[in-house]
Amino acid sequence: MTYQFDFAALLPYWHEFLQGALLTLQLSAIATVLGFILGTLCAIGRADGPRWVRFLVATYVEVIRNTPLLVQVFIVYFGIATLGFHVGADMAAVIALVVNVGAYTSEIVRAGLESVHKSQLEAADCLGLSRTQIYWHVVLRPAIERVYPALTSQYVLLMLASSITSQISAEELTAVANRIQSDTFRSFETYIVVGVIYLALSFIVRIGLWLFGLVVFVRRRKLGTAL
Amino acid sequence: MSAVVKLANVHKSFGSNKVLDGVSFEVGRGEVAAVIGQSGSGKSTALRCINALETIEGGTIEVCGHAVHDKALDRRNLRRDVGIVFQSYNLFPHLTVEQNIMLAPTCVKALSKQKARDLAHEVLARVGLGEKAGHYPEQLSGGQQQRVAIARSLAMQPKLMLFDEVTSALDPQLTGEVLKVMEDLARGGMTMILVTHEMAFARKVASKVVYMHKGKVWETGPGSMLDKPTTPELADFVGSGL
Ligand SMILES: Nc1ncnc2c1ncn2[C@@H]1O[C@H](COP(=O)(O)OP(=O)(O)OP(=O)(O)O)[C@@H](O)[C@H]1O
Ligand SMILES: [Mg+2]
Repeated sequence: MTYQFDFAALLPYWHEFLQGALLTLQLSAIATVLGFILGTLCAIGRADGPRWVRFLVATYVEVIRNTPLLVQVFIVYFGIATLGFHVGADMAAVIALVVNVGAYTSEIVRAGLESVHKSQLEAADCLGLSRTQIYWHVVLRPAIERVYPALTSQYVLLMLASSITSQISAEELTAVANRIQSDTFRSFETYIVVGVIYLALSFIVRIGLWLFGLVVFVRRRKLGTAL
Repeated sequence: MSAVVKLANVHKSFGSNKVLDGVSFEVGRGEVAAVIGQSGSGKSTALRCINALETIEGGTIEVCGHAVHDKALDRRNLRRDVGIVFQSYNLFPHLTVEQNIMLAPTCVKALSKQKARDLAHEVLARVGLGEKAGHYPEQLSGGQQQRVAIARSLAMQPKLMLFDEVTSALDPQLTGEVLKVMEDLARGGMTMILVTHEMAFARKVASKVVYMHKGKVWETGPGSMLDKPTTPELADFVGSGL
């Protein structure tokens, strides 16, 4: 049994692969930023909010963590349409990814918040800082610094999981691949190429987050402590 | 009405554990009060009540004109007048020494970055650490970290400073350098309340000693009271401490 590889058949499609990869990166970047903000707010709400906020956040997190991403994507996609709004597949994909990664982020950041010692809050309080100032200047940076590796893994996973949004025909990398393989009948080659592209994208995401960490966590950089 | 701090019949419990059982004492402007007593006698709790870190069940506390016992107390107003230094320094690890000090003046008093930086260098010079401005806390010794913590409080120009066993985690040499800073402060006229196990320091610097025992002020008087205690409990305490 010998299989004749024919990657050349895919060459005319390089531009589409590239487009797909860029959209995947774009979707993940937006979902990462918004998901991080959502998740961090949820984590603070759960740690420090009134009872109803804590309940709301806990419910949200449990629902998201215990249902498949694909189902969440469909619910968001058809839900939005049913409510009478018209958003494209890309937009629906971003919303679904934000909702999903926000829940995971909130759990990770919560662990970070818990790792900041109560005496730090007390010291800041005694200096007269407001609650918002305390979170912003004293709590968040050390908390996020401590869980940054976990967050990085989560956002790489998010980028990979965004392939699921091909199911609502968001034109990201996997959707592009699906189309190309049915045009060319070179399924094996197509998915090998796509696999390699995803590897490269993971690498890019990791590097990007690592550089971001260097910028934000100044002390680590100056003292040379690894993340 | 010259008292900066006035506790009257203060009661405080943690559950069924009565920690402050009718505590009263006063500290006047420029006075240095040393609070001493066995472990668990309620010294830290008393100090924390003065700074509204704990709520009390009975009695009154007045600090720099603020009614601390009042439910309607604006804690942030109180904080502008009172600085506190803890045994464990509690510096912010992700900020440099200078940033640690600048944080409250910029956030709370809305000072410009430049003014706050100047202020930071001024208070650092006062605690003898002018050259450490750019260091991170973890790069400093315990004694240096504690002096930074004192400087951080000073930058808010408090009318009253509280110290809770600020040298207990330090070896004798480092203890010495922190105590020297505190002595300078006292000489500069700062009103201070310090919980301490340093009897020699209390004797030398304190204008008033408050001996607490079982949640009560058992004995109070000038530093010389340690040399001729009137209660057997204080005699025991002083004797065992030597
Ligand atoms: N947050 C708290 N919750 C419950 N009990 C507490 C709390 N803080 C202090 N206590 C109890 O109150 C009592 C007095 O504690 P406090 O810390 O005021 O003593 P202290 O005189 O400062 O002792 P030390 O010299 O060991 O610091 C102790 O029995 C302690 O267990
Ligand atoms: Mg204590």
